[in-house]
Amino acid sequence: MQVYIAGAGNTRFGRLDGMGAVDLMAQAGQQAMDEAGVRRQDIDGVLCGYATTLPHLMLASLVSERMGLRPLYAHGMQMGGATGAGMVMLARELVRAGRCQRVLVLAGENRASGQSRDGAIQTLAQVGDADFEVPNGASVPAYYALLASRYLHEHGLSEADLAEFAVLMRHHAASHPDAQLSAPITVADVLASKPIASPLKLLDCCPISDGAVALVVSSQPSRHDGHPVALTGAGQAHHHQHVSAIADTLDMGASASARRAFDEAGTGLADIDYLAIYDSFTITLAVLLEELGVCPRGGSAQRLRDGAFGVDGATALNTHGGLLSFGHSGVGGGMAHIAEAYRQLARRAGARQIAPRRRALLHADGGVLSAHVSLILEQRA
Amino acid sequence: MSTSLLSKPFTDGLAQGVLRYQRCERCGAAQRLARYACTACGEPALGWHDAAGIGRVFSLTEVRRAPTDAFKAMVPYTLVLVDLDEGARLMGHGRAGMAIGDRVRASVFTLDGQPLIRFEPVLGG
Repeated sequence: MQVYIAGAGNTRFGRLDGMGAVDLMAQAGQQAMDEAGVRRQDIDGVLCGYATTLPHLMLASLVSERMGLRPLYAHGMQMGGATGAGMVMLARELVRAGRCQRVLVLAGENRASGQSRDGAIQTLAQVGDADFEVPNGASVPAYYALLASRYLHEHGLSEADLAEFAVLMRHHAASHPDAQLSAPITVADVLASKPIASPLKLLDCCPISDGAVALVVSSQPSRHDGHPVALTGAGQAHHHQHVSAIADTLDMGASASARRAFDEAGTGLADIDYLAIYDSFTITLAVLLEELGVCPRGGSAQRLRDGAFGVDGATALNTHGGLLSFGHSGVGGGMAHIAEAYRQLARRAGARQIAPRRRALLHADGGVLSAHVSLILEQRA
Repeated sequence: MSTSLLSKPFTDGLAQGVLRYQRCERCGAAQRLARYACTACGEPALGWHDAAGIGRVFSLTEVRRAPTDAFKAMVPYTLVLVDLDEGARLMGHGRAGMAIGDRVRASVFTLDGQPLIRFEPVLGG
C-alpha cells in the first residue's frame, strides 16, 4: 500500500522567547493537521522527537494531552539528528502494517532561548564517549572538525570548498520567511568568521534555534492535494556511534542506508531531482553527498559551483536553507528538510516554489555520521 | 572515574599513566573504544592490553570554542585522533603545529584531577 505525507507545519525558526517546547510543537502540529485537512480525532498515532530543554519520560503522551489528541499509538524517539527521518520511517511502517491511519510526527524545542549557550553545547557534547572522548574537552563541532581535517587532507581540498555550502544554504534561506538567518554571505565571510574548531568556523556550523516542525503521515493524501507525495522507500544504517569508532570514513552508513531505501522504492539516484540532506556543518553536507554517490569523492564543492544544487539545478538541495541557515532546533531542524521536500514536490512551496520535481532523496544523520536514515519521496500526480 | 564497568580498565590505566586497549583473544583484532564483543569476528572474548603509546596522527583540530570552564582556560588546544601501532584509535590532546600523518608518542597529564592523554611528536618520526 501507498503511504503519503499529507501535510506539513512549522513555526518560525530563531529566538522565540516565551515559547516552551510543547508550545512550539503544538503550533507546528496544528498547522500540519490543518494543511492535511484532518481533524484532531482523526490522528491515531503520535511520534514525538526528544527535546533537550524538556527531558520528559513520555513526551508524546504529554504533547497528545495538551493538544487534545487520543492516539492509539504514541511514543517519543531518540536518534539524534536522524530522529525526524526515523520517525517518518516508523510512521510509514505503522500505516503499512495497518496499525495507524494518520500519524502526527512532530518535534520542537526552545533550544536557543530555553537554556544557556554553554548549556546547549555541553548537553550536545555528551554524544561523545563519556570515558574516551568527552573528558578531553571535546564538543560536537570538534568531532565533526576531526572528520573535516581528514576529509580536506585526503582530497587536497581547502576550507573555501566547504564554505561554498554555507553560502548556498544562506542564499536558499533568504527566500524562506521562517528562516533564522537570511543575510547574504560570501565565501570570504565564512573564512573570516570566528574560529570554532579548525577547519570549522562559526559560519560552517549551524546556529542554535527555537522552532518546531510537524508532518502528517497518512494512508491518504491530503484532500486538497493535486500533487500527492508518497513515501516510497526508507532505509537505515548504524555502523558506529562515536567518531573514534569509525572503521572507515568512506563507509559511515549513508550509502548502505540509501541503497536500502532505493531498493525498496525500486528507483535510483539517476531518478532523483531533489535532495534534502542533513547539514549540521558544511562538512556534513560534503561527506554525505559524496558517500550517497551524488558526486564523486572530493567532488561535492565542484558540483555545487557547477550549479547542480541551486534552485534551478538538476538536483536542487535544501531549498529552505538547511540547518545551516533555516536553523537547528534539534529534531525539528532535521524535520524541516522533510517538510520542504514535501512542499516542493506537492507544489505547495508558494513564492519559493521551484520548477516541478518528481522524486526526492532525503538523508539525515545523527551523532557523528552515526545513525543514518534515508527516505524516498515521490510525487504521484 | 569510569562511567561503566566496561571502560574501567582503560580509565584505571590512564590513572596509572598507562594506555590500554582491547584485543580479541580469538582473532587478534584491536578494538576502538570499549566493546563487549569483537568488531571483526563477533567473539565476546576481549582482553585489555597495555599499548606502547606510539602511533600516527589520523586527524586533528584546534579547538577555540571550549565546552566547559576548565577547557575555556586552555584555548586554543589541539585534539587529535591517533592510530596506535597496536591498531587501536584514541582521542587525546596534541600540540599546535602537528599534522596528519605525524608519528607521535603518548604521555598522560592531569587536568582538574582528570587524567588525559597528550601526544607529542616523535623526533625523526
